[in-house]
Amino acid sequence: MMKIKKNIAVSESGFVFDAGTGETYSLNPVGVEIVKLMNEGKNQEEISNYFLSNYEVSQGIFESAYFDFVSILNQYNLIER
Amino acid sequence: MEKKFFERPIINKINAGIPDKFGMGNQLNPISTIDGVAVKDLIAEHGSPVFVLSEKTIQDIYQDAYQAFSTRYPKVQFAWSYKTNYIDAVCRTFHKLGSWAEVVSGFEYQKALENGVPGNQIIFNGPDKNEADLRLAIENASLIHIDHFDELYLIIRLADETNKRPKVAIRVNMDNGIYPQWDRFGFNYENGDAWNALNRIMLSKKLDLVGLHTHIGTYILAPFGYGNAAKVLADLAIGLDRKYNHKIKYIDMGGGFASKNTLKGAYLPGSDTCPSFDEYAEAITNALINSSIDPENMPVLFLETGRALIDDAGSLLGSVIGNKRLKDGRRATILDIGVNMLFTSFWYEHIVVPAQATSKYTEDTTLYGPLCMNIDVIRDAIQFPSMKIGDQVVVKRVGAYNMTQWMQFITYRPKVVLIDRKGKVHTIRNRENIDSIRSLEVVPDYLK
Ligand SMILES: Cc1ncc(COP(=O)(O)O)c(C=O)c1O
Repeated sequence: MMKIKKNIAVSESGFVFDAGTGETYSLNPVGVEIVKLMNEGKNQEEISNYFLSNYEVSQGIFESAYFDFVSILNQYNLIER
Repeated sequence: MEKKFFERPIINKINAGIPDKFGMGNQLNPISTIDGVAVKDLIAEHGSPVFVLSEKTIQDIYQDAYQAFSTRYPKVQFAWSYKTNYIDAVCRTFHKLGSWAEVVSGFEYQKALENGVPGNQIIFNGPDKNEADLRLAIENASLIHIDHFDELYLIIRLADETNKRPKVAIRVNMDNGIYPQWDRFGFNYENGDAWNALNRIMLSKKLDLVGLHTHIGTYILAPFGYGNAAKVLADLAIGLDRKYNHKIKYIDMGGGFASKNTLKGAYLPGSDTCPSFDEYAEAITNALINSSIDPENMPVLFLETGRALIDDAGSLLGSVIGNKRLKDGRRATILDIGVNMLFTSFWYEHIVVPAQATSKYTEDTTLYGPLCMNIDVIRDAIQFPSMKIGDQVVVKRVGAYNMTQWMQFITYRPKVVLIDRKGKVHTIRNRENIDSIRSLEVVPDYLK
């Protein structure tokens, strides 16, 4: 289970502020939703199920988009280790 | 409950106010049609990638350029620069509008003849004219622009042998305030070579000195350079009149006007920095009109404009082959458009836009071509929406030099189509196939 680091503020509008580095980021609405679910402690399977039942998307497409997204969060050092 | 539309999740770093090399994340407006024809239909019918030329754009831009000069100067003649795009249908479109032909090789000369251009409306430029080329040009009374002394002596000899008076001009290079100064073509003004050549022509009495020519470079952003160059040619014309009582018939200012493409590393887009035809025309015609050339004998003004007339009329359509993430997290999108067919991507930041509605969220992206080569990069850094396999893109302003400098490498060169004024699509060059390439090869018997 992955979580966004504690000192990172995510607002509804998709604005992300990393108090540790001062960097800011912007998320699109799907990005906001994934980050919210991660912070609620949902694991990948739960997040995936949520999207499959609420969005017009196949499992394959969602998962590749999800892993791609998580790799960027990692790249930016936003995920708790 | 209806399910929501899924869009790939995206996170972008915000760089407060300072646009980085990927530019500000401004929204890309898709281009889904060209002259009213749907991009997806063009690709479905003619394959991907495909070059598309617009007759309407060619005509509109030509009229714009012609008007800029003809409203300022009594006698103006354009000559289509074949090397810029010598597909016959393109050349004929320009000839129909009134352009003569400007060629730089025996091959281009032949093409111009076969496109129906009368020999005396062909300007033959460049350092590479062999004896057979020159004989033909003399026979046809074409305008031969002499590049160097060896060529001059050869033409004098051919004049003797053929008993004809070749029609010639010299190409002149000079310090016109533009850097780099092109001094490898023609005769230099400042060191006296230009006069040296003119004197030899006049004293030989065997050649018809009809004009003076210069071509100061390409993608010239400073109109004043043309003004300075025109002053030099006017000065030579006045000198010839004074010394030999000889009046030249034309002054040819060459090509070189910038197109609206953005040069790599430029801070502002080319559409903002590119001078208008009016600005170039003002600089050139002021220099000629304000010179002391006899107003009763103003020479015709020739222009060999290439890129500025055709760049905007060409688009390259292509498709997405795949996506990947690079090591540093950057998104990479692979297109079926490679540098082999988009030669100009080496010096331009081409505008690339999706052909269909996409997400309004963009990411820092590198656009790669399909070749197995590291240099195959169409755009190193662009804000681009996420694209799926098979999604289509349009590369704008590719009409100049690509359809002549393209390379046959790894795969075939694509088809070229022309959309006419009425919106009808015509194939003007077929996609290559294995036979077009293999027909030139010969396998020695011992390898059969
Ligand atoms: C002699 C001559 N004329 C005209 C042109 C066309 O130049 P441009 O496409 O920059 O207008 C060239 C291009 O190199 C040239 O060498």
